[in-house]
Amino acid sequence: MRWLRRFFARVGHLAAGRGARDERIEQEIEDYIALETEENVRAGLTPVEARRQAILKFGAVEKIKDEYRAESGMPGIENLVQDVRFSLRVLRKSPGFTVAAVLTLALAIGANAVVFGVLNALILKPLNVPHPESLYTIERGGDKDQATSYPDYLDLRDHNRSFEALTAYILVSVGLDTGKNPSQPWGYEVAGNYFQAMDVQPFLGRFFSVADEHGPNSAPYLVLSWSYWHTHFQDDRGVVGRIVQVNKHPFTILGVAPPDFNGTLLFFYPDFWAPMIQQEQIEGINILNNRGRRGIFMVLGHLKAGVTGAEAIADLNSVGSYLERNYPKDDAWMTYSLARPSLAGDLLGPGVQGFMTGMMLLAGLILLSACANLGSLFSARAADRSREVALRLALGSTRRRILRALFTEAVLISLCGGVVGLLGSVALLQRLSVWRPIPQYPMHVPVYPDAKVYLVALLLALASGFLFGAVPVRQVLHTNPYEVVKAGSAGIIAGHTGRRITFRDVLLAVQIALCAVLVTSSLVALRGLERSIHSSFGFDAHNAILADTDLSMAGYSGDQRPAMQKRMIEALQAIPGVKSVGFINRIPLSGGMSTEDVFTGQAADLIPSKAAARVAVYSISPEYFHAAGTALITGSNFSWQSEKGAPPVAVVNAEFARRIFGSVGNAIGGYYKRGNGTRVQVVGVVEDGKYYQLTEAPRPAEFLPFLQNPTPLAALVVRSDRDPQALATEMRSRLSQLDSGLPYTVQTWRDGMDLALFPSRVATVALGILGLMGAMLTITGIFGMAAYSVSKRLRELGIRMALGAQRSELLRAALGRAVKLLALGSVAGLALGILASRVLAFIVYQATPRDPLVLAGVVFAMALLGMLATWIPAQRALSVDPLRLLREE
Amino acid sequence: MTKKAEVPQGTLALMVLKTLDVLGTLHGYGIARRIEQISGDLLAVNQGTLYPVLLRLEQEGAIASDWGASENNRRARFYRLTREGRKQLQAETQDWEQTAAIIGRFFAARAEDLS
Repeated sequence: MRWLRRFFARVGHLAAGRGARDERIEQEIEDYIALETEENVRAGLTPVEARRQAILKFGAVEKIKDEYRAESGMPGIENLVQDVRFSLRVLRKSPGFTVAAVLTLALAIGANAVVFGVLNALILKPLNVPHPESLYTIERGGDKDQATSYPDYLDLRDHNRSFEALTAYILVSVGLDTGKNPSQPWGYEVAGNYFQAMDVQPFLGRFFSVADEHGPNSAPYLVLSWSYWHTHFQDDRGVVGRIVQVNKHPFTILGVAPPDFNGTLLFFYPDFWAPMIQQEQIEGINILNNRGRRGIFMVLGHLKAGVTGAEAIADLNSVGSYLERNYPKDDAWMTYSLARPSLAGDLLGPGVQGFMTGMMLLAGLILLSACANLGSLFSARAADRSREVALRLALGSTRRRILRALFTEAVLISLCGGVVGLLGSVALLQRLSVWRPIPQYPMHVPVYPDAKVYLVALLLALASGFLFGAVPVRQVLHTNPYEVVKAGSAGIIAGHTGRRITFRDVLLAVQIALCAVLVTSSLVALRGLERSIHSSFGFDAHNAILADTDLSMAGYSGDQRPAMQKRMIEALQAIPGVKSVGFINRIPLSGGMSTEDVFTGQAADLIPSKAAARVAVYSISPEYFHAAGTALITGSNFSWQSEKGAPPVAVVNAEFARRIFGSVGNAIGGYYKRGNGTRVQVVGVVEDGKYYQLTEAPRPAEFLPFLQNPTPLAALVVRSDRDPQALATEMRSRLSQLDSGLPYTVQTWRDGMDLALFPSRVATVALGILGLMGAMLTITGIFGMAAYSVSKRLRELGIRMALGAQRSELLRAALGRAVKLLALGSVAGLALGILASRVLAFIVYQATPRDPLVLAGVVFAMALLGMLATWIPAQRALSVDPLRLLREE
Repeated sequence: MTKKAEVPQGTLALMVLKTLDVLGTLHGYGIARRIEQISGDLLAVNQGTLYPVLLRLEQEGAIASDWGASENNRRARFYRLTREGRKQLQAETQDWEQTAAIIGRFFAARAEDLS
């Protein structure tokens, strides 16, 4: 324990400060010399000689003091404190430099922390359920389809041997009436074993289980999410057992889920969970017995301990081939794969992953370019301080000590920058986490920063400090104090400009290239977004207002539905200024889509493997195309006469016509068969559109008259030139007059596009911010270099001017190198940016760098950056007064 | 003047402890002179190593120090052995004696003794 006692003594000494300890050793030395002197005097020396001998005998006082100090305190820490103090003093002397450096780093590290925070939350962090590492969703076939039918799910659940429990859910929105203020919450319709399979415990009350289910509509139970309970039931513990109306059906609230359980999809927080066997009451349709209707959104479960992914897949495939054999009419391509459920497997996973990886890369580049920037600033400072360095070396300081001081300065700056950046990014991440990007959906971006984010920011700060601190190392190591002191500052600079390409030049060129990459990709994204807003989606979202209703929420059934839908159309049509009103079961690009297999008209064997195409299915009213602004290419629309008993007809899109009939012209009057065997005649062909995602490939679609294909969903499209605000108000009152108990949302179609445009908007904003940061860094980088080279060469410029040089020649001499680097870096960056943009095509609609506007934009932006950055140095070079300069020397 | 040997590395602390054990309270100068004296003036104590050793021993708790007055009424720092120091001295003395005995045996070793 001796060393421990000693350690505490040392710490005590450290706290006492150097002064007290120095006093003690000085006293000891004095004491020693006095005693030795007395001894010498006794031996017969004169007092002066006696003292001299005593001092000689004692030895080198300073060295002994140093050894004593090394023993008494903690020299490492003390030197560090000393270095930090010195660095702070140096930095305080040049506040402009310090603030610029700290801000640069704060931005760069902040950007990295934000991107990493999002990456961490969306990709690295698993779902908040026990044992998330073994939780998988299953996907079917080559196109990674997660949709499953209820009978297939039951077979998979009961016949697989690899999963602890296989459960399933569907996303639904319902009308919930608690007696007052009816609301329209989103939730999960789940298989009975959901909560047990996820292994979560109720916060309040109990969860339902398979034991509660006794056939369809036998379990009218609800489990509320904690936040919905908190906001809509004011934390009332008495809700358990209360009966509420879900789409006009009584449901009993069984319990409340724990606060940290927000479903099994990362950014879609359900307000409630209800048993899937209540589907008929909740959705107004019952497809639980229909093996061909793949209505389940996701099937997921924990793998049993010791079962590998490959084993599970083989197991699922054997169930799949059993299903194929036994139900050839409904099931085909029943091969399975596993994916992570948090981002809905391959639905969003690859896109989000690709984008976030790209963003992380770009943010890393920003940080690198900030480091390059600061590195060249530091090496310029080191060059300016070479006299100081030389002097310190000459006075006996070691190079190591000088380097340590330099690194201390760099790391101090980077830590300050890191802390500022981290604070900013934490604030931003917290804002993002409570952000509801699209108010009508329960979408969340839960990106709360955790310890990992702090650690990464700190490490990045330290790493970048060492990185840019290392730039001037060679300079210091090669400093020859004798030469520097002899030659003065001019000599060093001559030595520097003599080399053709300096390290600093390379740094700057790299930085400019990085900036050009960022500018290119942000312009590509911006153009893509612009194009996606103005391009044709097969409808015209301008001057159109949507009224979204779900008749099943208000208790309509059977023939009441088309009658009510007709009444709604008439009521809205009667509003003055309304040009046309049409309705469709689900607005394209509003999330979700129904598809079905279709067959050629001659097909006899209607099994999925013989299908001619998988197409999007819509039920519409005759005026829909007119109201939506969808162009009819050929043929005619169907009319109100296409009723239940009339021969089935459809309008298809051009892609459908090409796939099934070979060409648009052949389609009119032709027949095809739907999955349920109905033979349908094509009466018209409309233009292609986007139905599910903006970035999707052309997709065949069929539009069926709603009188022949009833649907409880009704999205009414109202086209009018009137002020949308006033029109929306009037629409609301008309709808309420029809049925005050009918929940609906009214919004402009432009707002309705929010979901579809969300990814490209996010991409554009994120890339735009990174692009701006890159541009700022480039400006300061070029500016720093140009200003430095002008200031160092003022004398030379003055002499040139005195000898009669033209202004253009002067500028070329002063800024030629900066401009050359700018051109070189921009070209390299543009080429890289074009390559990088391929990644963007995942997210942004029609992202292509082969766009003259983008190319011109990049060249223009880089030229502008160059102009901005060199403007002040150029002015300074041109205003050189040779007489004054020469006089000063 | 004969060349004096430096105190071997690591043994100065032991010498300091033993000196204080034998002579009681002493100041730094006294310790140095006594060590030299005990060694028969064969050793020269380097002040640059003495003071750090004193400090270290004090930090370890083997010795304690106080300001006091020297013979001619000068203020000086006096060092004395603590109980801890005495224990340490005993332990190290044993170690040394053992080491010395072992080394001694090696020096006394003869080929015929080992056959």
